[in-house]
Parts: sequence; C-alpha cells; structure tokens
Amino acid sequence: MDATLGHSSTIRDSQAMQMPEQPSVRRAGTIGDLIFGVATRAAAVITLLLLVGILVSLFIGAWPSIREFGLKFLWTAEWDPVQEKFGGLVMIYGTLATSAIALLIAVPVSFGIALFLTELSPKWLKRPLGTAIELLAAIPSIVYGMWGLLVFSPILATYVQQPLQKAFGGVPVLGALVSGAPVGIGILSAGIILAIMIIPFIAAVMRDVFEVTPAMLKESAYGLGATTWEVMSRVVLPYTKAGVIGGIMLGLGRALGETMAVTFVIGNFNQLDTLSLFEAANSITSALANEFAEATPGLHEASLIYLGLILFFITFVVLALSKLLLLRLRRNEGKRT
Amino acid sequence: MSAIAPAAARTDYRVGPHRRRKIVNQIALTLSLLAMAFGLVWLIWILWDTLILGAKGLTLATFTESTPPPNAEGGGLANAIVGSLIMVLAATGVGTPIGILAGIYLAEYGQRTWLGHVTRFINDILLSAPSIVIGLFVYAVIVAKARTFSGYAGVIALALIVIPVVVRTTENMLQLIPNSLREAAVALGAPKWVMIWRVTLKAARAGVVTGVLLALARIAGETAPLLFTALSNQFFSLNLGDPMANLPVTIFKFAMSPFANWQQMAWAGVFLITVGVLALNILARVLFRQRH
Repeated sequence: MDATLGHSSTIRDSQAMQMPEQPSVRRAGTIGDLIFGVATRAAAVITLLLLVGILVSLFIGAWPSIREFGLKFLWTAEWDPVQEKFGGLVMIYGTLATSAIALLIAVPVSFGIALFLTELSPKWLKRPLGTAIELLAAIPSIVYGMWGLLVFSPILATYVQQPLQKAFGGVPVLGALVSGAPVGIGILSAGIILAIMIIPFIAAVMRDVFEVTPAMLKESAYGLGATTWEVMSRVVLPYTKAGVIGGIMLGLGRALGETMAVTFVIGNFNQLDTLSLFEAANSITSALANEFAEATPGLHEASLIYLGLILFFITFVVLALSKLLLLRLRRNEGKRT
Repeated sequence: MSAIAPAAARTDYRVGPHRRRKIVNQIALTLSLLAMAFGLVWLIWILWDTLILGAKGLTLATFTESTPPPNAEGGGLANAIVGSLIMVLAATGVGTPIGILAGIYLAEYGQRTWLGHVTRFINDILLSAPSIVIGLFVYAVIVAKARTFSGYAGVIALALIVIPVVVRTTENMLQLIPNSLREAAVALGAPKWVMIWRVTLKAARAGVVTGVLLALARIAGETAPLLFTALSNQFFSLNLGDPMANLPVTIFKFAMSPFANWQQMAWAGVFLITVGVLALNILARVLFRQRH
C-alpha cells in the first residue's frame, strides 16, 4: 500500500515538476502556429484578392466608357480623342491578328523542337539545348521589340516585302495583302516577333508533356515496328493531347498580353482600311503603351482602361482553359500508369 | 522451292508501304531538326546583335552620367540604372515575403482546402497575365489617387509581378520535401510552424532562392507595368515619391527616337539588361542544380 502510494506520489511529483514548463512550451507552439497559419493564409488571400482587385478597379476605371459605348465598343472602329468617340475594333483586330500569325508560326516549330528534344537528340545535347530554349524564354520582351524594330524590320522589308510587292503588285487580293510603305513594320512583323517570343514557352510545355508519356506505351509501339514519327503522331500525341493544347493556349495567352515586342514593330497607327499585313496597325497593348500616359482623364482614359479590361478578360479565359487542360492531363496520368 | 517465289512477291508487296513509312519518317525527323535549328538561330542572332551593338554603345560615361537631352552628344544611363536597381530590389523585398508565405500556405496548410485550390489556380493565371494590366491596376489604385507618377507605384507594380513567381516556386520546392522529414519533426514534438520554419523551408532553401532570383530576372526587364506608374525621369533622383528613371522605359523612349546617340544608348541599356537577366537565370540554375 505504502509502496504503491509512494510510487504514485513520485509520479505525481515528477508530473508536478514538469507541469509548469510544458504548457508554456505548448502555448508558444499553439500561438506560433496560430500566427504563422494566419499569416500564410493572409498571404494566400492577398494573391486571390489581387485578381479581384484588378477586375474591380479596371471595371470602375472603364465605367464611363462602358456606360457611353456599351458593347458596341467591340465592333466600332472609330477612335477619335478630339471628338471623344471611341471604339476598340482596330486594336482588338490587331491583337487577334498578330497572335494568330504568331501561333501559326510557333505551333509547328515548337512541336518540332519538342519532338527533337524528346526523341531525336543525343543524350548529351538534350540538357544544353533545353536550357538554351528556356533562356530564350527568359530574355525580356523589350529586347525582342527593339531588335525587331532596328534589325529585323529592315531585313523583312528588303528581302520579303519588296520582292512580294513586285511579284503581286497588280494582283487583286494578294496585292492588297502586301501593300504599304516598305519599312517592314506592321501586323506581320509583330506576329513574327511574337512567334519567336512564344516558341520557347510552347516548346517547353510540349517537351514536358511528351516526357510524361509512359515509356511502356512508346516501347510497345516501337516493338510493333512503328517508326519514330508514327510513335509520335499515333501514340504520344493522342496521349498528351490535352497537355499540348494547354501549352498552345499558354503561348496564346502570352502573345495576346505581350506589350513591348508588339509596340515596337506594329507601327501604332489606327487604321483598318486595308487588310495589308505590312501596313502599320495597332493592338490593345500598344495603344495602351503609347496613349495611356498622355490620355486626358475622362472618356479617353476610360476607353483605354476598357480596352485593358477586354484584354484581361480574353487572356483570363485563354489561360484558365490552358490550366484546366494541363490539369486534366495530369489527372489522367495518375489513372493510366 | 516453290515457296520462295511467293515469299519474294510478298516481301515486294510489303516493302512498298514500308518504304513510304520510312520516307515519311525521314521527312518528319528532318523537319524537326530544322525546327530546332530555327529556334536556335533566333537565339544566337538576337544575342549576337545585342552583345555586339550593345558593347559598342557601352562607355564609362554610361555608368557615371545621366541621360542626355534629345539630339545632344555624350551622356549615360546612370540615373536609369540606379532607378532600376532601387525599384527592382525594393519590389523583390516587398513581394518575396508575401510570395513565400502564400507558397507555404499552398504546400503545407491548404493542399486540399478550397482556398488552396482557388489560390493555386488564380496564381497560375496571374503568372502569365499581361503585365500591362498590372500597370493599369496600380495606376487606377495608386497613381490616380495620389495624382502623381512615383517610384513607389513602380515598386508596387513590380512587386505584384514578383508574388506569383515566388508563390509557384516556393510551393513546388516545398512539395519536393519528403513527408518523412515532416513526420520526424512532428514526432520530436515540434509545433507545425517550427516544423515548417526550421525543417521544410530550410530543406527547400536553395529552391526558394532560385525562385526569388527568377522573379528578379523577370522584373528586371519589365517595361509595360512601369509606363504608367514610375514613368521616367530625365534627372538623377533617389526619391521614390517622384517619377523615377528606369532602364526599360528609357530604352523604349530612346529606341523609338530618331536620334543616333539615343539609339546607341538604348543598345547599351538592352545589353546591360540582357546580360543581367541571363546571368541571374544561369546563377539560379547552377544554385538549384548544386542542391538537388
């Protein structure tokens, strides 16, 4: 009896001795946890609010113009700051046309690069070439823009535009497509510069998704006697379809929102009189870059912000689709392997 | 004996399509090789021009004198270089802690919560959102209210671009840490925040630093968000409350001008930015590779 009592009392004693210390450590832990948890959550909420804030502030800024012109803004081509009549068609057309040209060039090239990097390249070349493509993605867009204006445009004018004009000068449709002052500035050169810019983005995503194709699938096809091209087009591409489209959409999102590369070479001129690929034009981003700082507060500024809102909306939809497609690929990957 | 002739015929019959498949394959692979060459040609061409033309425009005065007035001789980019350095560093300083905390939330707290899912999704969209829209946002929220362009507005615009980059890399790097490390720390009685601060974040340090360097490289060349926030300044100024000179906007202004001196200076500026950005990228890669 005594012994057990004594024993239990020593336990109680030792507990009593530890008691004062443990709760304080634990409390520091819980308080720390509380602070840290709240801080990280707050940071996450800030990121989220950023998007909401951008949308709300652009909407408020654009409101005078939205109220005045409504959705008609989207298909009106008139842009007259003096008479305060605004429509965004020229800029929206410029943005869509340059991005379309960029995709037309960049998608096949990126596919080729990704194919080369995953299937053809010798092992020792894979890493340096992959790094080179990724570095191309890191070069700031202002470098592309300035290079495009001062180096590329004159070359395009001399070796492409002028021969084309000579060849198709009198032809009805083709002649109109290549008309314009021979300076190599306009929709086409903006599209080409954009293509150079987005090739690395698309190629890097394509390479990454090609590499998630299970080796077993590819080896089975090779084992049946398929050629590299057949493995690529009939096994890898169908398997990674969602990811490939996601990568293209990512590139498209970049192209739509790119400012400097376009502003330098598009010519910044509000016209939609000809369909010429060589005539100076304007895009949403270049209009913003050139006019916004000098715009008078009021309808002009609001209309420019309206353009920004349209741009943000388009890129948001494109990027969200891209993200969903890439996510779907990742989910399938878990299922099938 | 009699079996040979039909067999030969059969191989003939089979070789035809097979040859076509081989030719198609050859063409496709050649095109792929050409695409790779096409991509590399642009990289080399642009870098070559930038380095050659840029180095030509580079003098000691570039670093010691401020931007010259139009159509004048001499001058440098000192005010733009200093302005850019101040704003880029300040923006990284503001954006990094928020980015790291949000990244920790995504990787350690909110993996399966709706806030985590939504934030991850939105963050990836912000990562590629047009940077000029960020400039518009800061203009509407800060510049229009303060009625003046300022270095502070530029810093905030750049910081908003830093956040998504840092969030993404921090989350990815924390996810690479094996769960056994977390369990070991918790089993030793560490509260969650100590576990994150002293174990997982420490283990992911190199990756997180890589992310910060990449963010630095990204904003060093950003022009669009500065156009309506920091604007530019012809004079040397350390005051963030005033419009502030910076390299990208100065390059934009100088390259679009018809003056030879300005254009040459724009090449020098592009040279500095390109070399700086590539150096940061390579540094980030080396650092990351050493640790992983």
